[in-house]
Amino acid sequence: MRSDHSPRTLRPADEHFVAPLDETPLREVDAVDTTAAPRSMWGEAAHNLIRNPVFVVSALLILLLLFIAAFPGLFTDFDPTKGDLGVSNQKPGDGHLLGTTVQGYDVWARILYGTRTSLSVGFFAMVISTVIGVVIGAFAGYVGGWIDEVLSRVTEIFFALPLVLGAIVAFTALSSGVSTFTIALILAVFGWTNIARITRGAVLSVKSQDFVTASTALGAGKLTNLAKHVLPNAIAPVIVTATVNLGVFIVAQATLSYLGLGNGSISWGSDISDAQPALRNNPMMLFYPSVALAICVLSFIMLGDAVRDALDPKARKR
Amino acid sequence: MIWYIGRRLLQMIPVFLGATLLIYVMAFYAGGDPIQAIMGDKPLSPAVQDQLRSQYNLDKPLIVQWLIYVGKVVRGDFGVGFNGRPIIEQIRDAFPVTFRLAIIAVVFETILGIVAGVISGLKKGTWIDTTLLMVSLLVIAVPTFVIGFVAQFTLGVKLGVVPVNVGRDASLQNLLLPGFVLGVVSFAYVLRLTRTSITEVATADHVRTATAKGLSRTGVISKHIMRNSLIPVVTFIGADLGSLMGGAIVTERIFNIHGIGSVLYQAINKSESPVIVSVVTIMVMIFLLTNLIVDLLYAVLDPRIRHAK
Repeated sequence: MRSDHSPRTLRPADEHFVAPLDETPLREVDAVDTTAAPRSMWGEAAHNLIRNPVFVVSALLILLLLFIAAFPGLFTDFDPTKGDLGVSNQKPGDGHLLGTTVQGYDVWARILYGTRTSLSVGFFAMVISTVIGVVIGAFAGYVGGWIDEVLSRVTEIFFALPLVLGAIVAFTALSSGVSTFTIALILAVFGWTNIARITRGAVLSVKSQDFVTASTALGAGKLTNLAKHVLPNAIAPVIVTATVNLGVFIVAQATLSYLGLGNGSISWGSDISDAQPALRNNPMMLFYPSVALAICVLSFIMLGDAVRDALDPKARKR
Repeated sequence: MIWYIGRRLLQMIPVFLGATLLIYVMAFYAGGDPIQAIMGDKPLSPAVQDQLRSQYNLDKPLIVQWLIYVGKVVRGDFGVGFNGRPIIEQIRDAFPVTFRLAIIAVVFETILGIVAGVISGLKKGTWIDTTLLMVSLLVIAVPTFVIGFVAQFTLGVKLGVVPVNVGRDASLQNLLLPGFVLGVVSFAYVLRLTRTSITEVATADHVRTATAKGLSRTGVISKHIMRNSLIPVVTFIGADLGSLMGGAIVTERIFNIHGIGSVLYQAINKSESPVIVSVVTIMVMIFLLTNLIVDLLYAVLDPRIRHAK
């Protein structure tokens, strides 16, 4: 049988019941390419992230900070630990890009090397706290019962101790000579509770959904279910919180070293503290490390915001 | 309601015990031998050491020491500091100052944060919203000690509007700027929380219904939007009191305020474990109590939550 209204035979799949693009009031809706393969949640998120200027800017800043932290020596010729009293308290210029401190340290060099301390403490603390939080939160939420009750109380105990306060007490307990990793560990021990709470909540809401029941019906064990179906679907809010936590840990580390609780490695917090007595004569010395700290923290907070918007379709619509 | 409060108080006991044990272990156990610390370089005869050990219960297992300590704390006895002065006296002198400071911070962050958050949420996408969001991001990113120091320098040293140094005269007036500085980061969080919450509620069906019924704009905002969007904000402010107490260490150091934070800071410098443990224990107690109050406030804000169990 021949079709006479069209030069070729139309099968249902070839028909497009949409108006030409320039005639439609629903431009975005009709412009959707129905033949393209549907994207996963993560694909969709990545697609949206690349188009979000906030994400691009913060991601580039973080990459730059990471590069500086890895190779600070590439950006300066000065040794940040060598003070030259002959050039104490110099204004910017004369070889010293941002001037020198009272002790004759090169400010720019100290900011560069300080990146390393801040980022490594922040990064390690974020990783450790996320692991602790996810394990405890997932276990509590998934197993439930008295285990949940006990783990929730333990979480409350740590939640009742504010991050900086707990870290201060831990610091006084340790003798001097703590490594950067130990500082991160201390911060993580007092900073995992929000991750645990969020993971527990997300696991609770995911575990009762039909696809998990279906997987159980197909014979999947508890652990398989948790690892393959529950956690991947509950991890999005955890990633967002962990990103923001990284910024919080960096601020906490700076606060601690500002209070004199550090390990003597070059840190923005202790540099800010050192710059205070000279504020009248040389206010910029306080200004530069503060700006570095602010840029660093801001990048992670903005990254967290952008990732949350990308993963949350409700927020994206508006 | 009475039953609910009772149950919550009972639930607080294990959390309180756990938190004190944690602090106790960290401050006393990991800190090395206190008798060794007392004698310093001078050698002490073993007999004297043993006598001191039994006097301070150090010869007993750690858990017994802790139980003895908690038993005394419950009766209000926090022991004596290195200077021989009862710790509870030091805390009693310092606490009202920090309390005033924290109240100023909470009032400031609550009022300004909610007002700014409501404006930002209702005018989403306008220049006011963008400006407020930028300000909040900046405030979060710049650490409190920098904000505090710059505020002190410009307002106190350069302009002379506020006292640079609070010292002994911790009147409300003198604590105004330190209070602002203490609350400024939380202000940013309250703003952002309120904004998110407001935008969610503002598009809800009941709000459209209220508008359609002919209710005025202010009526809709105050009765139908605000009340429904304040619960997460109240939760945050309650939990925030704990971190304000921690933040007071920094603020009190900048403005030389003789509050609980400076007691703690000096104790840290002297490695004075008994004082550290006592101050942190009290802070934990305050934190737990404020959280209980917040839970009770839920019922006032949201009639659907009734604690009749």
